[in-house]
Amino acid sequence: MNLNLKIWRQKNSQDKGQFMEFHAKDISEDMSFLEMMDVVNEQLIKDGKEPVEFDHDCREGICGACSMVINGNPHGPDKATTTCQLHMRRFKDGDSIVIEPFRAKAFPVIRDLVVDRSAFDRIIEAGGFISASTGNAQDANCLPIAKDHADRAFSAATCIGCGACVAACKNASASLFVSAKIAHLGLLPQGQAERERRALRMVAAMDESGFGGCTNTGACSAACPKEIGQENIAMMNRDFMRSSAKNRD
Amino acid sequence: MASHEKLKSNAPSGPIEDRWQKHQFDMKLVNPANKRKHTVIVVGTGLAGASAAASLAELGYHVKSFCISDSPRRAHSIAAQGGINAAKNYQNDGDSVYRLFYDTVKGGDFRSRESNVYRLAQISPAIIDHCVALGVPFAREYGGMLDNRSFGGAQVSRTFYARGQTGQQLLLGAYSAMMRQVDKKSVEMFPRREMLDLVTVDGKARGITVRNLITGEIESHAADAVLLCTGGYGNVYFLSTNAMNSNATAAWRCHKKGAFFANPCFTQIHPTCIPRSGSYQSKLTLMSESLRNDGRVWVPKNKGDRRPPNEIPESERDYYLERIYPSFGNLVPRDVASRQAKFRVDEQRGVGPTGEAVYLDFSDAIKRLGEDQVSEKYGNLFQMYEKITGENPYKVPMRIYPAVHYTMGGLWVDYNLQSTIPGLHVLGEANFSDHGANRLGASALMQGLADGYFIIPYTLGNYLGSNKIEKITEDHEAFKASREEAKKRLDQFFSIQGKKTVDDFHKELGAIMWHYVGMSRNAEGLKKAIEEIGKLRKEFWEDLKIPGEANYKNSEIEKAGRVADFLELGELMARDALERQESCGGHFREEYQTPENEALRKDEEFSHVAAWEFSGKDHDLKWSRFEEPLDFEYVKLTQRSYK
Repeated sequence: MNLNLKIWRQKNSQDKGQFMEFHAKDISEDMSFLEMMDVVNEQLIKDGKEPVEFDHDCREGICGACSMVINGNPHGPDKATTTCQLHMRRFKDGDSIVIEPFRAKAFPVIRDLVVDRSAFDRIIEAGGFISASTGNAQDANCLPIAKDHADRAFSAATCIGCGACVAACKNASASLFVSAKIAHLGLLPQGQAERERRALRMVAAMDESGFGGCTNTGACSAACPKEIGQENIAMMNRDFMRSSAKNRD
Repeated sequence: MASHEKLKSNAPSGPIEDRWQKHQFDMKLVNPANKRKHTVIVVGTGLAGASAAASLAELGYHVKSFCISDSPRRAHSIAAQGGINAAKNYQNDGDSVYRLFYDTVKGGDFRSRESNVYRLAQISPAIIDHCVALGVPFAREYGGMLDNRSFGGAQVSRTFYARGQTGQQLLLGAYSAMMRQVDKKSVEMFPRREMLDLVTVDGKARGITVRNLITGEIESHAADAVLLCTGGYGNVYFLSTNAMNSNATAAWRCHKKGAFFANPCFTQIHPTCIPRSGSYQSKLTLMSESLRNDGRVWVPKNKGDRRPPNEIPESERDYYLERIYPSFGNLVPRDVASRQAKFRVDEQRGVGPTGEAVYLDFSDAIKRLGEDQVSEKYGNLFQMYEKITGENPYKVPMRIYPAVHYTMGGLWVDYNLQSTIPGLHVLGEANFSDHGANRLGASALMQGLADGYFIIPYTLGNYLGSNKIEKITEDHEAFKASREEAKKRLDQFFSIQGKKTVDDFHKELGAIMWHYVGMSRNAEGLKKAIEEIGKLRKEFWEDLKIPGEANYKNSEIEKAGRVADFLELGELMARDALERQESCGGHFREEYQTPENEALRKDEEFSHVAAWEFSGKDHDLKWSRFEEPLDFEYVKLTQRSYK
């Protein structure tokens, strides 16, 4: 199939940037979206032009590197799918596809479709961990954890840190990302000792990084390739409120 | 036998179960107040790198951590599906440290060091304990205890798992422990940096030269020791299950600075991957080999039978694994299943549009168990398969084909994980240490975390405590020279101005490697590979085309450096495979097989580690091969049989 692509090009964070049109020819329906981009880039290089920069790595939907807003949807039109797992059979000959970077104040554009998501690391740094130094641990089975608690913690922990939730949110809020970590650790007995401090510090780090507030529209969960649910945000708000009330100076 | 004074294993002697404890006591310690005066560089943030950075920082060292991704959380350990082994014997099914040790040495086809493997098995239970303490949500039973499964043909259930995402959960655990230290200012994190060179002063590793992938700047970082945790070299084949950015450059730069490279020909091929669909294919996706528990592997009996699978009657199908291996059937080990698939394709009995695939058929399992039960077991894998191929495996048999998955070879290290360059330690898949000629399923995660959490914190202290390390800064001549060298190399890439892209060369190299240095090898093919790689390398330096400039984010210049190194490493792999005139584990030489087409080891001649020293200069490639003999005091050498 042949496609018309409108791709965002931007030299660096200071550059204004603009959409540019490209033609993708002889695209097979078995290609992944990123393989289609590879084909376009190889042609650009052979034509003496600069290829489009985009982040990608594992290409199996788990590393969270790939991003892109495709026709207005972070990671494209398919549910529970990262851009690297989106395949061209989803499109048809002659389609126009608009490709943009994840847009948020806290995710400045580095070049073309590559954005800086280091704010996510700063949030984890503030409290997305259990303080257990190597060598301290007791036998793993000394701490029974009910299966449904472990399963719920696991579901929250499957977040890949891609940032689609932020890109989908009209306020560019990072609430789904932050709450997934707060829920993962807060649902486990090991995570209780730091639960209050964690909620306070992570929410503060989120605010400092320039993410917006949550207004519960749920666009984040709809865009999330791992289908992280809204109940995590409720848990984050509960932990934050309780901790704020208890720790008032 | 060519031995070398640098190849001393430094493994302790005495009863095997006491060796590590004895060694821990014998090693030097660094006074707590002095630890913060030592800076340690950790390159890579996968399981080995993140766990090492975290545990060294917990001890009080000042750690500088580097990764090529935008975040340390993206390292390719994240994609490991199956699980992590540990000799907990929670299932009361007869597992023990000794059994895990024995299975690992045997699975590696008797080409690993007994002392190292025993230590790995000994440490394994503590890894699970620590990961649980960090909040890793392993699968649990209703009573709240940890669940285990049997994996990769093991006769005991010792594999801990978190659905099909064990690597992700373990990596996020190590990442969180490291980020806690970033918050404490004990770890300084440098993302989007690519290591281009190792800096040595007076023969010791004293720092690295990196390229900032955003600004293109060449930076120097000095330290008292360098830990390389940069993963394997599977991407030399272009198509593999590795991530796109996984590469061997950091390890290769160290090799060219004097670190010996051990057993480069030992690569592992995974049998159940989704086959490629066309020349645009960028990577291959692995599906858990648990699929072979219920799927039946077959090809048409007749050559070139292009009928759709459902139209091929039962009598014209060859369930070849069940036919050749009646007792193990579809569950033969990875290397056997892979090789047999290749034989069928070579006989022109492969299936699918490219003819490079075999069927994995679930129709009997669906008849026996019902679609619901099959979906409960394999639902996520079926879904992934359908997403990629557009075919529904409940209705049409899956098409599978082997793909390169893991590399057992790597930089040579002693018992302390130190390379032949003092102060350069190598952890995880980047070293060669524990898996011999073939790695068991669920053992990669175990080794990465054992190295990082529980071995390097001791052995690095021993190095720092027993060596006098002069204070130096990035102004030292050696750093300046290394920066100049790195810049010169980058300029060289841009100056070629040829016609072919980096990917063009990488694909050609991959085809040579897969064809001649892949699942089965022979002397003639290996010689041809060496010749062809040489030609391709020459062409690369004459006809490469790199767009743009070096002073901003430019993926092509990143890839060029990596492929230039793969073009050298590929040749060394072929040379190593040529010299190892036996078959063992993942290394199958057609000349050395039993009458039943099984791998034929030659223990008298090849019971050793082959360690290669780079003895050339720049583009003039020369190597010397040395041997570290392997002694087996505890494990009895036997020929594997799966009939």
